[in-house]
Amino acid sequence: MVGILEDKDRIFTNLYGLHDWGLEGAKQRGAWNGTKDILSFGRQWIIDNTKASGLRGRGGAGFSTGLKWSFMPKEVREGRPHYLVVNADESEPGTCKDREIMRHDPHLFLEGCLVASFAMQAQACYIYIRGEYVLERERMEAAVKQAYEAKLIGKNNIHGWPFDLYLHHGAGAYICGEETALLESLEGKKGQPRLKPPFPAGAGLYGCPTTVNNVESIAVVPTILRRGAEWFAGFGRPNNTGTKLFCISGHVEKPCNVEEAMSIPFRQLIEDHCGGIRGGWSNLKAVIPGGSSVRMIPAEACEDLFMDFDALSALKSGLGTAAVIVMDKSTDLIKAIARISYFYKHESCGQCTPCREGTGWMWRVMERMAKGEADPKEIDTLLEVTTQIEGHTICALGDAAAWPIQGLFRHFRPEVEARIAQYRSGKPFVQGHTLAAE
Amino acid sequence: MALIKEIDYGTPAPRVPDGVELATVTLTIDGQTVTVPEGTSIMRAAQMIGTTIPKLCATDNMAAFGSCRMCLIEIEGRGGTPASCTTPAANGIVVHTQTDKLKRLRNGVMELYISDHPLDCLTCAANGDCELQDTAGAVGLREVRYGYDGRNHVFAKTNGLANPDFIKKDDSNPYFTYDPSKCIVCNRCVRACDEVQGTFALTISGRGLDSRVSPGQNDPFLSSECVSCGACVQACPTATLTEKAVIDIGQPEHSAVTTCAYCGVGCTFKAEMRGEQLVRMVPWKDGKANHGHSCVKGRFAWGYATHRERITKPMIRATIHEPWREVSWEEAIRHTASEFKRIQEKYGKRSVGGITSSRCTNEESFLVQKLIRQGFGNNNVDTCARVCHSPTGYGLSQTYGTSAGTQDFDSVEDTDVILVIGANPPDAHPVFASRMKQRIREGAKLIVIDPRKTDLVRSAHIEADFHLPLRPSTNVAMLNALAHVVVTEGLVDEDFVRERCDWDEFQDWAEFVARPDHSPEAVAEYLGVSADDVRGAARLYATGGRAAIYYGLGVTEHSQGSTAVIAIANLAMATGNVGRKGVGVNPLRGQNNVQGACDMGSFPHELAGYRHISNDVVRKQFGDMWGVELDAEPGLRIPNMFDAAVDGVFKGMYVQGEDILQSDPDTVHVSAGLAALECLVVQDLFLNETATFAHVFLPGCSFLEKDGTFTNAERRIQLIRKVMAPKNGYGDWEVTQLLAREMGLDWNYEHPSQIMDEIAALTPTFANVSFAMLAEKGSVQWPCNDAAPEGTPTMHIDKFVRGKGRFMLTEYVPTDERVGPRFPLLLTTGRILSQYNVGAQTRRTANSTWHEKDVLEIHPQDAEDRGVRDGDLIKLKSRAGAIALHAKISEKVAPGVVYTTFHHPDTQANVITTDYSDWATNCPEYKVTAVQVTLANGPTEWQERYDIFARESRKVAVEPAE
Repeated sequence: MVGILEDKDRIFTNLYGLHDWGLEGAKQRGAWNGTKDILSFGRQWIIDNTKASGLRGRGGAGFSTGLKWSFMPKEVREGRPHYLVVNADESEPGTCKDREIMRHDPHLFLEGCLVASFAMQAQACYIYIRGEYVLERERMEAAVKQAYEAKLIGKNNIHGWPFDLYLHHGAGAYICGEETALLESLEGKKGQPRLKPPFPAGAGLYGCPTTVNNVESIAVVPTILRRGAEWFAGFGRPNNTGTKLFCISGHVEKPCNVEEAMSIPFRQLIEDHCGGIRGGWSNLKAVIPGGSSVRMIPAEACEDLFMDFDALSALKSGLGTAAVIVMDKSTDLIKAIARISYFYKHESCGQCTPCREGTGWMWRVMERMAKGEADPKEIDTLLEVTTQIEGHTICALGDAAAWPIQGLFRHFRPEVEARIAQYRSGKPFVQGHTLAAE
Repeated sequence: MALIKEIDYGTPAPRVPDGVELATVTLTIDGQTVTVPEGTSIMRAAQMIGTTIPKLCATDNMAAFGSCRMCLIEIEGRGGTPASCTTPAANGIVVHTQTDKLKRLRNGVMELYISDHPLDCLTCAANGDCELQDTAGAVGLREVRYGYDGRNHVFAKTNGLANPDFIKKDDSNPYFTYDPSKCIVCNRCVRACDEVQGTFALTISGRGLDSRVSPGQNDPFLSSECVSCGACVQACPTATLTEKAVIDIGQPEHSAVTTCAYCGVGCTFKAEMRGEQLVRMVPWKDGKANHGHSCVKGRFAWGYATHRERITKPMIRATIHEPWREVSWEEAIRHTASEFKRIQEKYGKRSVGGITSSRCTNEESFLVQKLIRQGFGNNNVDTCARVCHSPTGYGLSQTYGTSAGTQDFDSVEDTDVILVIGANPPDAHPVFASRMKQRIREGAKLIVIDPRKTDLVRSAHIEADFHLPLRPSTNVAMLNALAHVVVTEGLVDEDFVRERCDWDEFQDWAEFVARPDHSPEAVAEYLGVSADDVRGAARLYATGGRAAIYYGLGVTEHSQGSTAVIAIANLAMATGNVGRKGVGVNPLRGQNNVQGACDMGSFPHELAGYRHISNDVVRKQFGDMWGVELDAEPGLRIPNMFDAAVDGVFKGMYVQGEDILQSDPDTVHVSAGLAALECLVVQDLFLNETATFAHVFLPGCSFLEKDGTFTNAERRIQLIRKVMAPKNGYGDWEVTQLLAREMGLDWNYEHPSQIMDEIAALTPTFANVSFAMLAEKGSVQWPCNDAAPEGTPTMHIDKFVRGKGRFMLTEYVPTDERVGPRFPLLLTTGRILSQYNVGAQTRRTANSTWHEKDVLEIHPQDAEDRGVRDGDLIKLKSRAGAIALHAKISEKVAPGVVYTTFHHPDTQANVITTDYSDWATNCPEYKVTAVQVTLANGPTEWQERYDIFARESRKVAVEPAE
């Protein structure tokens, strides 16, 4: 058998777009099946079952989805409608799972929007799609049109819960993937994170109670409810249950997106689905397991690694969006992290000083370190700056900028020191040099 | 006198809606226990016990932003280091504001700040007044390990190449500069523009390190939407936004709190001085009218006080065709007194009179009317309120019993529905407009009744729920239609009316307005407004919660001005919108001391406190105090003075601080009146238009050069303080006193406070007012007496001042000024933000950068019909006269309506206006004149003739050199 998850247990049965993405095809694969029955069990039942399934938010933070929904006010107050906002601003480097859902299984996603909105008494749902996702937006627009025409959603739909769905296309800023910046952007303002509290469940979109969920979190809900919370909870280790889309990129033979059981061992994931590490297992150098913002882990730690939230946080890394970036021994890790630092510098919104000034400064230092053009003492200064940014900004972008650097020095500090020494000895490191030598 | 430093609490106090009592919480900060209202930030709570937490992006007139990360604190039992500006105080928490960890973090952030900031502190304009500098000191920054060679926006060149991140200083605004290289992106300017001013002109463009403050879309400040209110300059913690005066002069060393001498809002400012030189005016946060906000006039346009055209020596001449002759004060005063005596001997006691100024202090107005009543022995005193808000005085005293607005400005914070009629606050009362806009953005509904599409109708984040663009002159018909809806749809607050008003009068009124000919449908075509809109607006006003009416000269300056004021008062009473916070009838006064001048007995029929001159008891009280028998016969109103002058029975006039020739309607008639005088005495800063007809010119002094009080539109009495010696030698009150003594009166005031004591002794509503009390309390709203020792923010709370509220019938009588084939358009006049009234002050400042000439706004359709293009010189002709000015094509005016301002004497907009006036008070009908517009080749004959005359008349004789 390849992997752990059997085909019969896959939620995203059209992940690779081999079948019809449209309403007919989706219905044949089970979408929109018994939706009305699900709703007939009532919102508390939906929330309870989502909680029971152990579904943790797929956007990266891993917070219980059911619990998050339960934070919404129980009653809708006059003039304060509830909103569901779906974060489809998938911009974390390495991550491309929501893209595939929107391209190939949009109806599963739309059904999830209806169910989740019903559970939170929202009669409007906004989907905020990443600016660069043009094809996905077109596909979603077509799917939404189909759903309206089939009266699956809309004011007067067959499910008996008046519900409108709006697509909003972002303008290409990474920060708009942060939930409160996303709300700002959705309101037509500059995408800058808001202060919390108030949390969106209290005052979100237009100041009204709002829940922001990831695409994957929403899209899996109808299937969970159809097949039962226990079914979903049956995969993975305790507290890390369910199936999960992994996006494996980098130095593997066959990079891919794959739906797998949570807690699948890293080695099995790579070898079963990706044809192994380029050049063999022993050629593995390090892995960034959850999108560019989490700390990397070295090859030694990957041997018996479970790919789930708890195992990775124990390693001071994280499952994040499950975007697994594999790096073999040819990788210039310092240069790679410098590039990631550039990304965060470029995407810092500029609101908080530590992030605005700090990301720029960290990037400049990392660029110099990639060349070796630095003082060994600067390593400690750099690490100190990362701790000053981490946890001290309004949103988590500051953390995201700090962690990759911390990961590098946690595991590969000698490599940086060696490069600095090399530079100082008058024989500076040249890009590609190590490759040629081997 | 030291520099007044105000405490910045970092975040605003929690707002308390009317009738809500806030719970308190008790917490411990650095071992000290403090109890604060719920919702107070930890930062504010700390400052309340004197602990200043370092901060850069927080300031207490805008919502917490939490971006600078300097104000981090630790709370026992809670993880992390939350920002104290955004974390609310909670019961029982223990806060530490200074720990090793916090010190390290703050130091680190400061280091990052400074790594991208120029280190030219010694030559920086903000040196000594820089929060970045202070905070760096507070956190103990000792080194910047990051160096300065990285990417920066500080230096024009890096590594010998042009730095793409460097943006050079923008000095387009005449009053302040924007230097991006010093910016620390605290967002305070942007938030001030949004939250405080409400213009939304600024934003931060770019993100991350590319973040830059940018007016509009990276426009220069001057050509952006910026209205130059100065809120951003005040908010800036560094030298990024700095007053040019500070760059020029340096930091001020002492200051005094004083009151603005422009509009009726009455903002208080700190006049910050270096020696006798004014460096800048900074709005005072404790000012109850402005709460630390300002506009382009009060904040920046004070340069006129030292303008080279200011006259500082008295001058006299025998006829207006002679050049002026500079004389000593003694000679000028002696000559003036002898002239008045001569005229009175020859033409009788009532042949002379005077005009008090709405721009001078209460004390000065009081003295001028006292001089006329006690010294001239008649009641020929009037004030420029005659031509603006006299109908307010009449209408509100008839219906409610006081000649003033019912609320304070703060009341707007509790308002749910704002009805603005005939007023354009964003231009004429900008600081109050900002507060109004804040409330509208919070969700209050807005109804605008105005022929023009003013900025309130639709601007950034503001949109009127109803805009009723009625035809000029139809206010009363409109108000009757609104009342019709209220009565016929059963929206009357019957409980209120039965309890508070005269029920019989109400019933008469209800029957009157319920007549079908007052229905919105019946008058829709006449008003030019759809009946549905009128009904919608009436329902909203009557049922939308607390509703307040704000009105301006667009109501009063009509031949039915008093009727309209009464109609407004009726509407508020019928819907129960009087006597609480958030409701009321609020006249927006034009000039700084219109309210005060009226209060001081400047009207020919009233003594101080609005008591009729025919009232024997009151007259005797004044007479006894002054040792004379006062004339019981009311004197002449301003327009009557001109008529009497033309008739040859009125010969001498003392005009203090008003330019009647430019500001009063029908200039041709006014000038004929002035020319017929034998002695016209003008007391002013400049040789204004009236002075061209004067025989004596007594130099006046500016508000910076004297002590006194102003009373603003909300009845708030505030001190002005002398910060420099009078350039002309005497305060205006001293000049009046000199004249009085020369006339033989025994006046011995040594300080304006003694005049206020006399006012308080004679005026029941001022009984407890004194300079000492004002200095202590900052300000007080009259009535202030034993019944209301703290003053009266809201009037008519339990009962109307007159007893029962009085409904009066408001029959609409159309004006005689009609459009016809020869004059098919209606001209209405108003103001613009950057200029003030006749422009004597603002035209002599850089404010003219925004408005250098009066233009005629004309609708594209009307322009097209007449072949007029934007910017063409056109002739504007009415039955009264003709002028030429440039056209501006604008959709702000409706077809059939044209609009202009009267700020520039070379335009002379009042040549056009007619002498129709309000039936009750003679307030002129400035707002409605039938005109025609045609293309012109040049100035009209009148303009040319007047120009030559005015230039001749202003000549001053020069002593030949020895």
